Amino acid sequence: MAQSKNSVRRLVQGNEASMLGALYAGCNFFAGYPITPSTEIAEGMARMLPKKGGRFIQMEDEIGSMGAIIGASAAGAKTMTATSGPGFSLMQENIGYAYITEVPCVVVNVQRGGPSTGLPTKIGQQDTMQARWGTHGDYTAISVAPASVRECFEQTVKAFNFSERFRTPVTVLSDEVLGHMREVITLPEEGEIEIINREKPDVPAEWYHHFEATPNLVSPMAGFGEGYRFHMTGLVHDPEGFPTADTNEIRKKLSKLRNKIVRFSDELVQLETTMMDDANIAVVAYGTAARAAQQAVLMARDKRIRAGLIRPITIWPFADDQIRALLKGIKTVLVVELNMGQIVHEVDRLAHRHCKVESLNRFDGEVLDPVEIFKRILEVK
Amino acid sequence: MPDTTQKNDEKKKSGKPGKVVRGERYEIRFSGSGGHGVILAAVMMSEAAGRNPKLNVIQTQSYGPEARGGSSKADVVISKETIYYPKAMKLEMLLAFTQEACDKYYTDLKPNGLLVVDSNMVTKLPIKNSFGFSFIRIAREQVGHPMVANVIALGAMAALTGLVSRDDLKEVIKTRAPRGTEEKNLKAVKIGFDLGLKALKEKIG
Repeated sequence: MAQSKNSVRRLVQGNEASMLGALYAGCNFFAGYPITPSTEIAEGMARMLPKKGGRFIQMEDEIGSMGAIIGASAAGAKTMTATSGPGFSLMQENIGYAYITEVPCVVVNVQRGGPSTGLPTKIGQQDTMQARWGTHGDYTAISVAPASVRECFEQTVKAFNFSERFRTPVTVLSDEVLGHMREVITLPEEGEIEIINREKPDVPAEWYHHFEATPNLVSPMAGFGEGYRFHMTGLVHDPEGFPTADTNEIRKKLSKLRNKIVRFSDELVQLETTMMDDANIAVVAYGTAARAAQQAVLMARDKRIRAGLIRPITIWPFADDQIRALLKGIKTVLVVELNMGQIVHEVDRLAHRHCKVESLNRFDGEVLDPVEIFKRILEVK
Repeated sequence: MPDTTQKNDEKKKSGKPGKVVRGERYEIRFSGSGGHGVILAAVMMSEAAGRNPKLNVIQTQSYGPEARGGSSKADVVISKETIYYPKAMKLEMLLAFTQEACDKYYTDLKPNGLLVVDSNMVTKLPIKNSFGFSFIRIAREQVGHPMVANVIALGAMAALTGLVSRDDLKEVIKTRAPRGTEEKNLKAVKIGFDLGLKALKEKIG
């Protein structure tokens, strides 16, 4: 790990920071298929992992990449892939498999404009809902959205922690501007961020159930080849991992997938606020759009407009309780996104007609300008 | 992005080039066509500026899906304060390697902003406050390769802004230049820096 370099202030790219964050978290297996604007992550991993005794595989496509990181994780590795919209779409089938088999792994989606091949080199935040509902079926997703190069590092570490803690895939929703942006920063030192690893079984092999119900709903996880026998399937299964048609077992399994996350969402929620104490207009934004929004809020404050910023860092699960509390006393909430409006529906649900919900959207591959946001604040205040 | 009461003061007139005033953003854009190396030049500028511990630096870029050709630009934002919005808004200085880039971006310059162009590529100058240098021709004739035109331009931009020292620039080039091209690039940056200084002296004198 580039530890000795971390204390030195240097120019780091967002994608490079995601890659270094993964290594910091102990990622030792990466499978991927390069795609703009995420390629630098794969390039960095290809360079760094072999030096650290890890493995890098360039797969034939994104479905294969996802399969490879699930398999390697089931064998005990800490695994990651990186992609963008088109690849994220291909991965969905196997991401569903990771949800139901409860395999920890991290997917970095450096978002570009879509749909389809879309805008390879331009920014978008159009995959926000895909990160939540991309694969079919009922499940609860975890996603984090960094907004700076340092956060690309920190949130990738967090993504690994969440993934290991909850035995579930976690998506990092980066974006083109963030991935390609370079900032002069210092990176976290060794030991500065806690690293969480999956709980291993401590029962005799013959007692081991791969999907055993536990008080915190997360089952200790043995790796293939570690002396424990278990079965994995995409079919709904019982605690031993074998397919079941028992309605009681089905209910238990699906509830577990949901509750293991929902009941512990306080551990997951990360939210940053700026000048919300006396605000009567709140701007909600995340990722790169939040940086423009922050500038716009400062411009509004210069004009004595009581604006504030709510920036969800954890996007899924959405910070319901926290945002609902912050919206008390707010007249208008403006949701700023680089899509046609995705998170705005979550905010609208929380505002529940107590305050006016407005949105500002841009989806032409460019970042919203602080002036555009400032003007919209003037319109809606 | 910590909570802050920083004022984004647009009203203050910027000082001479080279001065990064407290609270202000100093913004430069490198633009041209894919293959001109404008992004690498911006990366090198950012890294050199970042060697000053008092400065915050962010570099962003924008380019098309093509491997070569297509328009390409890279912004460098420098400030003593936290930089929120990462892209440039009001340029202090614009480098344009093509007429297309020049026409597209000169309106982003501040009222007294400076335009720097490759004089063989950009023949129609939209504003008076500009400098023209034959970057590509000089690269070919004096260094033996047109590829280092971006680094000559970088040297000139560094001298004209006064933001980064010759030594910092040299250090950065040693680490960022593609392996085997260090000597050529060091030569190029010296040529560029001298060109910039000379132009500045002529303008003032």
